[in-house]
Amino acid sequence: MKKILNDPNNAAAELVDGLVDYYNGSVDKVGPGAIAVNNLPDDKVALLVGGGTGHEPIYHGLIGPGMADGAACGDIFAAPPPNVILDATRAVNKGNGVLYLYGNYAGDVMNFKIAAQLAAAEGIRVETVLIWDDVASAPPTQKENRRGIAGLIPIVKLAGAAASTAKDLDELVSLVTAARDNTRSIGVALSPGSIPATGKPTFELDEDSIGIGMGIHGEQGVGIEKMMTADALAEKMVNLVLADDLPIDSGDEILLLINSLGSTTMMECLIVLKKVKAILVEKGVNIYDVLLGPLVTCQEMAGISVSITKLDDTLKPLWDAPCSSLGYTKL
Amino acid sequence: MSKESLSPNEVKEMVIAIADKIIASEELLSEADRRLGDGDHGLGMQRGFTAAKAQVEALEPATVGQVFSTTGITLMSTMGGASGAVMGMLYQNGGTALGDADTFDSACLSTFTTAALEGVTNLGGAKRGDKTMVDALATAQEAAVASAGKPLPEAIADVAAGAVAGMEATKEMIATMGRAKTLGEKSIGHPDPGAVSVSIMFTTASEYVNQ
Repeated sequence: MKKILNDPNNAAAELVDGLVDYYNGSVDKVGPGAIAVNNLPDDKVALLVGGGTGHEPIYHGLIGPGMADGAACGDIFAAPPPNVILDATRAVNKGNGVLYLYGNYAGDVMNFKIAAQLAAAEGIRVETVLIWDDVASAPPTQKENRRGIAGLIPIVKLAGAAASTAKDLDELVSLVTAARDNTRSIGVALSPGSIPATGKPTFELDEDSIGIGMGIHGEQGVGIEKMMTADALAEKMVNLVLADDLPIDSGDEILLLINSLGSTTMMECLIVLKKVKAILVEKGVNIYDVLLGPLVTCQEMAGISVSITKLDDTLKPLWDAPCSSLGYTKL
Repeated sequence: MSKESLSPNEVKEMVIAIADKIIASEELLSEADRRLGDGDHGLGMQRGFTAAKAQVEALEPATVGQVFSTTGITLMSTMGGASGAVMGMLYQNGGTALGDADTFDSACLSTFTTAALEGVTNLGGAKRGDKTMVDALATAQEAAVASAGKPLPEAIADVAAGAVAGMEATKEMIATMGRAKTLGEKSIGHPDPGAVSVSIMFTTASEYVNQ
């Protein structure tokens, strides 16, 4: 695998520096791996995201006006340590508390938990909402065992809008929980990404096989099937989402995200979108907005995911609010 | 010549030996992780123990607990990931529980492993049988408690054997925690990479004491 790197073991630190350069003055590095939007309003309820790097643009590329206020970045595919999260927490805290919003992975949960205790000891109020949109990772009765995947894009966007207007941390928690609970995703893996430091693949999959429900870090999937047409795959994925416990019926309004895991092309995403949209329109579902592209990735992993967020009168104005970030911008 | 108890400087030497062994085991640990997770366990451990070794080498320890706590804090702040949190907690909680003890004997070994196990299970929520490093740590702790009255060389050999047995037992378990849990029955046959790390740590400690 050819990759444009300097010291492969320093890739995470260098990409964070590059990200600060991308923001071109509006974002500060506030510690190793910790970044925050500068000049945050004094009374703002803060939104902090974070996780391992190597999945760009998430999570750290989702900070900016109308999005998250700061991010804690770990090493490649590894949760950030508590001290990094604490540095970012101190930087975004404006006295009205901080919401931690991140994917439900054991490493992230443990490190954010330790950071929340350290922050509390400094008098900073922290609340947490875990993202667990992946329907393939556990049954609906065990949401706390589900992973967070591409559904985090609409969830962080809605949370960013909510954090701009929320009067306090409790209101923010309640809005973000509603956004999370209205979001479902399913992913499919075609071929692995590689670990930058070793060049080795994150998993193995036969040339003619695909992993249904495989995770964004290359966790092995829950079912291996033979390669199929785009239409057959789209139908299988949508049906897995619709079979979950979130009712999506005729007349409902949704956000639809078709995400590439890295090397899957926009052509393929568009072909899948065509079929997914046809199935949903057939059911009478109204598609309020469409997002498409490599938003939650795992290096050059090939694969695709479909995410649906059901909108209601509370969430719709949050979606309509403008925002700006590396990962997602809305005018 | 085996050692009946360890001075703070000997504990320092032992932890450096553990760090060297873990650093040298990068490929083995990463390969174990590729079976069950995303294949980066060895890299994280190598990064953490390289940093911990540097911190410990710079120490002039007055207590034995200080060596372990320094190791724990360094692992936690340099590794990240689930491993950083649990491995950091293992050493930090274990070290803190030793208070101001200036020698390390079999009673200390029992205190250390008991506090380490408590810290890790409180943080991560894993229980025995979940196919995690807790399985190796718990069998090590049981052996440490049972051997608390024995001479240190014998006790630490028992603890190492316990950790290895706990690690071996994870091969037959179905993963229910962390990234491996979506594998279900496909996780059978492979040891948990964190449990492999724990078995390497206690085996290396035993080799140091019994050299």
